[in-house]
Amino acid sequence: MILFLLNFAELILFILLLIYPFFLFGFQFSPALYLSITMAEKRLILDNELLDITLSRLAHQLIENHGDFDNTVILGLQPRGIFLADRLKKKLESYIGKPISLGYLDITFYRDDFRRREAPLKANATHIPFLVESKKVILVDDVLYTGRSVRAALDAMTAFGRPRKVELLVLVNRKYTRHLPVEPMYVGKAVNTIDTQKVLVEWDEKGTQTGNVWLTSKQDT
Amino acid sequence: MEELRGKHLLGIKDLLREEIELIFEVADNFKEVINRPIKKVPSLRDITIANVFFENSTRTRLSFELAEKRLSADVINFSSSNSSVKKGETLLDTVNNILAMKVDMIVMRHASPGAPHFLAKNIDANVINAGDGTHEHPTQALLDAFSIREKLGQVEGKKVAIIGDILHSRVALSNIFALKKLGAEVMVCGPSTLLPKHIHELGVSVSLEVQEALQWCDVANVLRIQLERQQVKYFPSLREYSLYYGINKKMLDKLDKQITIMHPGPINRGVELSSDVADSEHSIILEQVENGVAIRMAVLYLLAGKNKSVSFS
Repeated sequence: MILFLLNFAELILFILLLIYPFFLFGFQFSPALYLSITMAEKRLILDNELLDITLSRLAHQLIENHGDFDNTVILGLQPRGIFLADRLKKKLESYIGKPISLGYLDITFYRDDFRRREAPLKANATHIPFLVESKKVILVDDVLYTGRSVRAALDAMTAFGRPRKVELLVLVNRKYTRHLPVEPMYVGKAVNTIDTQKVLVEWDEKGTQTGNVWLTSKQDT
Repeated sequence: MEELRGKHLLGIKDLLREEIELIFEVADNFKEVINRPIKKVPSLRDITIANVFFENSTRTRLSFELAEKRLSADVINFSSSNSSVKKGETLLDTVNNILAMKVDMIVMRHASPGAPHFLAKNIDANVINAGDGTHEHPTQALLDAFSIREKLGQVEGKKVAIIGDILHSRVALSNIFALKKLGAEVMVCGPSTLLPKHIHELGVSVSLEVQEALQWCDVANVLRIQLERQQVKYFPSLREYSLYYGINKKMLDKLDKQITIMHPGPINRGVELSSDVADSEHSIILEQVENGVAIRMAVLYLLAGKNKSVSFS
């Protein structure tokens, strides 16, 4: 009889232990809510067609300000700004009918987080076959987020001369996420985002079929 | 590979092939940097580096100093000829005194093999071996292999002959390790007195005939006779060495192919290389010097990235 009572007490204790966390946190962890937090939510913000329209608009805005690009050069930021820069160059050349100077600028060695990361970042190729001395420069990147890359780019660019004027063009401007006072002059699309969200730009030059811009809300990236 | 495994560069022997290839990739970027109008990047602006040279050097030291300055590091130089070492201070004391002045990295050349390994065990700073006695000279081997890769497209499968004073050469040993790791075939060639006894155990072939070595190889890396390390006579005279092992234009013309000539410097013109060979278009001796800066920038950059001695929080 005593043995039975002991077993019964143990059972009660065990059940209490099982449901204990729910008392601690309340009953807020419903399965549906849990799934919606962990699974990546992917929303298309620019599809291939719209992207092309946006690029055309950006190209026309550039022509409005820079005419026939006599004294203007484009610098695409490595690694992801160069695809946008390539497509812009093609568009501009088809409108203007003459070649445009385009360079690739890598900012790895100018970053402000060296030695704060676990491993040093690998650099990409810088290829600037001209001097930017007294030229108007349009910096081109796909997503403007904290503004730190642009700061590094301004720094890196001075190794190729002193430009007369620098402008910034981005495909996606993430608002309210800036760490530095950097604002773009030409914007493809402005989006309101929070830190846990990511903007993903897929280019057909990279092997995917279409040029799409996605907004994903992944917790762990 | 994303980063080096260790925080020191003591020798090629401890490196993996992937690590060597990582250094080459980063060096490619820095080679572009040092050909810009403004040849300087700010990556190492908060790092102080001491170049501690207990042995004479011109090229290596200038190359390291330039590499450090191009990365915006602060540099102090130390050479034993005008220092307290003459007054009897030990190596560890000397270095600890330098480190007390808040130095993050040490580049050291020393006459004793293993000196940088000893240092690495006893101090916190990153140690880069710039040559330890007759043991290793890792950055030289890296820049040699990098130069071969640049000239011939790749190192894998190429035949490299190392000709000259193998016995006293740290460049030879580091080169053998680096080239074997990258998949090249290596032959050493020199008078039998200047070849280490069991050198074939490193997987290299051995030749005593310089013409045979030249005919076999794609690249000839010619080394200097290190008279300062030779305690006894290994050959009758420099003139005789030059007659049997010196490379001149006539010998290269006899070959049925073009080979690339390398030399780690300093050249004794007329001894191991004649002037017309050293200055010919097949010699990449000056390219080696240029690549030396890029390779050393890459090594410093990758090791500094692992230096967490400064807390930013």
